[in-house]
Amino acid sequence: MKDRWEHLVGLLGLALFGFGTWHGLVVAPPDIYMGDVQRIMYVHVPTAWAALLTLTFAFFVAIGWLVRGTWRWDALQEASIEVGVVLGALLIAQGSIWARPTWGVWWDWDPRLTTSAVLVLAFAGILALRSFVDDPRRRATWTAVAAIVAYVDVPIVYFSVRWWRSLHQVQSSPDTVDKPMVLALRINAFALLFLATWLVARRYRLARARNRAELADMEAA
Amino acid sequence: MELLYQCLIVLRKDLLQQWRARARLAAVVAFGLTTLLLFSFANGPDTTMLRLNAAGYLWLALLLSSTLSLGESFRVETQNGALEGLLLLPTDPRAIYYGKALGNLVVLTGLGLALIPVMVALYDVAIPMGVPRLAGVIALGSAGLVAPGTLYAALSTRARGSDVLLPLLLFPLVVPALLSSVKATALILTGDPMNQLASWLGLLTAFNLIYWSLCGLLFGRVVED
Repeated sequence: MKDRWEHLVGLLGLALFGFGTWHGLVVAPPDIYMGDVQRIMYVHVPTAWAALLTLTFAFFVAIGWLVRGTWRWDALQEASIEVGVVLGALLIAQGSIWARPTWGVWWDWDPRLTTSAVLVLAFAGILALRSFVDDPRRRATWTAVAAIVAYVDVPIVYFSVRWWRSLHQVQSSPDTVDKPMVLALRINAFALLFLATWLVARRYRLARARNRAELADMEAA
Repeated sequence: MELLYQCLIVLRKDLLQQWRARARLAAVVAFGLTTLLLFSFANGPDTTMLRLNAAGYLWLALLLSSTLSLGESFRVETQNGALEGLLLLPTDPRAIYYGKALGNLVVLTGLGLALIPVMVALYDVAIPMGVPRLAGVIALGSAGLVAPGTLYAALSTRARGSDVLLPLLLFPLVVPALLSSVKATALILTGDPMNQLASWLGLLTAFNLIYWSLCGLLFGRVVED
């Protein structure tokens, strides 16, 4: 069973996520200004980290395909982009739920918000591109090129929107946050990281299996 | 030097092609004009609002038209294996990219210039900072749309569902270019008392530098595979 380690990581992630969420909902005190609404931060901020990390991984994997060109890299591309888009969509949904009671609106044109939306749309477009290309080698190269081009855009989008307008909270650091809050945040950060790793690993195996079947079909034809 | 020479040859070929198919070019211009007209209907006949949003409407019209002209520039290459023929010649693929991107830039800037008088007439805007400056911003902004647009057109026209794919890939990507072009154009149309124009143009230039070099680098991989 060579995929046992990834299930272990997944289980560990689930357990940590349960513990971190309990800690965030029950143990940590409510925020002075925002009250209980702030508790969404314990899943929102770790989701943001995990999403950004997964898409950064996708960027390096894309370079890996262009340099190496072995199918393993392409399966990793597919896995990390898909998981990154799902995490990004979750991130935006959580942010909206938090923004409504806090800012009074579902959506605001804040730099981080807008950048995540652009990032998710850009990478979702790449997933669409994958489904429109039949030749596997071409599909892999085009995905890699589009992923690099989209990823490079992230800092530029961020700065352009920041100049345009800003409202988002300043990032919190462990010094400005109460101890029980930090603990819940840290636990969930690892939980989300493990869960993302598990999802990418599962998705990678699926992509590899499909790729092998596709190549076998092409050889038979 | 050799690269520049090859690039100019590709540009010359592209412009000649565009000229011979001027009916198609006229269709793109007509599309841009129609879009400008439609924005006034979306907004209602409030002249103050129209004047305020003129820069945004102009750039949206240009962006929407660009998907037509960019797609067209590669559709002609897919006929009769023209692109394969071009690649068989001892040319650097970068020369093909820069030549075609410059060709697209000429077309899009031309369209933008053609839209200026219509924008002035429909939205009743003044241009206090002068038409040459506005033309400069249009050229720079078009360059920002064209650089990733040419690369993506090269992929999307050779995939299934190319009509959906190009806007899907291009629109999120050009957000910074669009934002800074709209801001710069709005400042030129309404005056710039706070001296903000330079920073927006700086951002637009940075976007251009990054994407003109990155896409030129990656284009070879796109067409050779």
